[in-house]
Amino acid sequence: MEHYTSIIIFSVLSLLMIAAAIAAVTSSKIMRATTYLLFVLFGTAGLYFSMFYTFLGATQITVYAGGIVVLFVFVILLIGKGSIDVTHTSKLRYMAGVLASMSGLAITLYIIKTTHFIADKLDPNGVSMRTLGKTIMGTDKYNFVLTFEVLSILLLACMVGAILIARKK
Amino acid sequence: MELAIYILALPLLSFLILGLVGKNLSHKVAGILGTLSLMVCTVIAYSVAVTYFGAGRSEDGLFPTLMPYNYTWLPLGGNLSIDMGVLIDPISVMMLVVITTVSLMVHIYSLGYMKGEKGFQRYYAFLSLFTFSMLGLVVATNIFQMYVFWELVGVSSYLLIGFYYTKPAAIAASKKAFIVTRFADLFFLIGILIYGYYTQDFSFTINESILLSASAVLPLALGLMFVGGAGKSAMFPLHIWLPDAMEGPTPVSALIHAATMVVAGVYLVARMFPLFVGYAPETLSMIAYVGAFTALYAAVVACVQTDIKRVLAFSTISQIAFMMVALGVCTSTDPHKGGLGYMASMFHLFTHAMFKGLLFLGAGAIIHAVHSNEKEHMGGLRKYMPITHITFLVACLAIAGIPPFSGFFSKDEILTACYDYSVIMGMFMSIVAALTAFYMFRLYYLIFWGKSLYEEQLNSYNSGIIKEKPHKPHEAPICMTAPLVILATITCFAGFIPFGEFISSNGHAYEIHLRTEVAISSILFAIAGIVIATIMYKSGESKLTKAINQSCKGFIKAAYRRFYMDELWMFITKKIIFNCISRPIAWFDKKVIDGSMDMLATITQRLADFVRPMQSGNIQSYSVWFLSGTLALVLILLYLM
Amino acid sequence: MIIPAEYYLVLSAVLFFIGVFGFFTRRNLVSLLISTELMLNAVDINFAVFNAYCYDHLEGYIFTLFGIGIAAAETAVAIAIIINVYRNMKTIHIKNLRELKD
Repeated sequence: MEHYTSIIIFSVLSLLMIAAAIAAVTSSKIMRATTYLLFVLFGTAGLYFSMFYTFLGATQITVYAGGIVVLFVFVILLIGKGSIDVTHTSKLRYMAGVLASMSGLAITLYIIKTTHFIADKLDPNGVSMRTLGKTIMGTDKYNFVLTFEVLSILLLACMVGAILIARKK
Repeated sequence: MELAIYILALPLLSFLILGLVGKNLSHKVAGILGTLSLMVCTVIAYSVAVTYFGAGRSEDGLFPTLMPYNYTWLPLGGNLSIDMGVLIDPISVMMLVVITTVSLMVHIYSLGYMKGEKGFQRYYAFLSLFTFSMLGLVVATNIFQMYVFWELVGVSSYLLIGFYYTKPAAIAASKKAFIVTRFADLFFLIGILIYGYYTQDFSFTINESILLSASAVLPLALGLMFVGGAGKSAMFPLHIWLPDAMEGPTPVSALIHAATMVVAGVYLVARMFPLFVGYAPETLSMIAYVGAFTALYAAVVACVQTDIKRVLAFSTISQIAFMMVALGVCTSTDPHKGGLGYMASMFHLFTHAMFKGLLFLGAGAIIHAVHSNEKEHMGGLRKYMPITHITFLVACLAIAGIPPFSGFFSKDEILTACYDYSVIMGMFMSIVAALTAFYMFRLYYLIFWGKSLYEEQLNSYNSGIIKEKPHKPHEAPICMTAPLVILATITCFAGFIPFGEFISSNGHAYEIHLRTEVAISSILFAIAGIVIATIMYKSGESKLTKAINQSCKGFIKAAYRRFYMDELWMFITKKIIFNCISRPIAWFDKKVIDGSMDMLATITQRLADFVRPMQSGNIQSYSVWFLSGTLALVLILLYLM
Repeated sequence: MIIPAEYYLVLSAVLFFIGVFGFFTRRNLVSLLISTELMLNAVDINFAVFNAYCYDHLEGYIFTLFGIGIAAAETAVAIAIIINVYRNMKTIHIKNLRELKD
């Protein structure tokens, strides 16, 4: 029983996530869709935890759930009545969407099934904060300080851009 | 000799200036500009002639053939190339003199004749263009350059015939002239191509061995070239355009359709003469027969025409046919042994240009005075237009072949050549010469003698029958009579030029000597023609005339309608060619060729209609296409792996 | 027992194509953005899984981390644009948003 706990948790989590995702893309009320998205994001954080990436899971929750979803809610409140999604105007397009995503999914699953992954490196100890900090801020090989800096500039630019676009004339 | 290039450059320059900025010039300036440039051109041509003939013969007793300019214009690969240049030899120098002289006269004359006409500058521009192309034609160093200028001449002729472009008859005439000559030029071009293909050269001077190797096709090539020449020179049955070309202004008729352009065919045959004699004597005989028939046909038709310009047009056809016959009856290049015709032809070309130009200019003066082409509106004009009368008479005597006028000498040489060829040909041409005398004097009497229409009208005006005071015929202004006088003077004395000294079939000097029996018989024939004309037409149409008219009514009617040649051509083109060839081709063009093109267009359009909605601006459809594409690529990769 | 990597991959593929489906069918800018977030999230999972199961170093980890950051930035800008569009056109239904086409 002990052995199967993680698999059961994973199954429950993934079923929940799939259901929430389907609900998120089909719900006609955007507020609800956002809520379902929030579930998916939480579920993702759970997945990160299950592979022992605790810091990543925490980031997922704070940034996604705490930041992005709040932004969504914010804009929905701002827009109000316009935010109701009159879904799926034409049957044809709906069928095309279903068909395209199903066939895409089929191909992807086929590839996953036929590919053999050498996946044996999972470390139950996770990544220590020290390692993580050194990796982000280090300048050696497999360290990412440059990426970090680029990202910070990108965030700054986005911030300025967002303010500029959304500002009232 | 280097000056010769200016003879070409000046008219071209004048054409460009008048054509481009002519609209901003006043009539006077434009006219004087054109005339002055041609005057300079004439002076240069004369000086070239004087220096060329003055320099004398080279050691072998020939006048040298010079090429001061010759550039490769269009290399065709292999040894074959098309050159552009200036060729100076006796006949081209002679042609330079003739063309510049007549052209200058016409330029001066037009100052008066075209005064106040709309498009005066355009007229002078076209005249310059024509002069340029004609000069380029005669100095051509090779057959292809000749062809290029040949077509240019055709174009300028077309432009000038259609000068009065508001007149439907003029438009029709210009189209007819263009199409008929162009049709003939097609054969010319084919002839040139055959010639060029087999000899690997377009030039006139080709060495013996190459010609011998190509001798099998030379008769064909030369015959085809002659068809082109026949088109331009209005030989039967391609003559139909020339009478209609008289719709153009009269000075143009004098320049293009009497003196210069229409003799291009004769010039062509003369240019290729050594080849004709050496390699295609049968073709040459054919030319003689075609020419003889044309001469007779045109002379007969000229006897009954009522429009004075038409009479002159048919007379031109007949006289050019004389030149062709003269070339055709040559059997060798030695003027003493059957090669006399070449010299005679060139001589007649020279004298004919002068007196036929004179006749046309005179006719122009008459038309200017009475405002009509029809003989009914003329008669008794000698009192009102003395200068025109005298000069016209000189020209008539010249063309009839009365000594000492120039026409006598040249025509006499032609007849001598014909008698040398065969007695029948000689007799035949003598009869045609008599006919010439007859119709020219018929014309002369109808214009200048008989009852004056003006006097009749004046009488009826005085007795109150008609209200309008008739227009009194008047002598033309000085700038029109001066050319008449100059040309008449040339006509009087040109016969005494020792022409054989300069031009003969083998290049050696040939002394012209009149053969007594031929000279006397031709004078007698001419006088007979004149006498008959005098009896019939001197005082209006006499009883005899009416009786003759009555007795052969049908024949005269047929002759008046030019023996239905135009109708025949119309039948051939409209009924046969249009129905049997053009219509199926048009059907094929419309249905098959256009159809396939249309189908292509339709398919493209349908395809576009199908593809266009994809570009909807809708990001979702774009992403659907994007995903489909990606999946397709993935599938392809999977399949490949 | 360790959860096999393929499970994660299948889950992320399913999530991704649900996002694709949403992107195709939804007619509202905010909904589209939600679908995009779903797809992005699925990709993030993939990175993390591959890094956790197949690699010694932390490329995938860092990539996911930064991916989350970029998603935040992207969402901020997108929402700014949506607000601006709404302000100008009084609608965020893409049916009515065709001006960019020309």
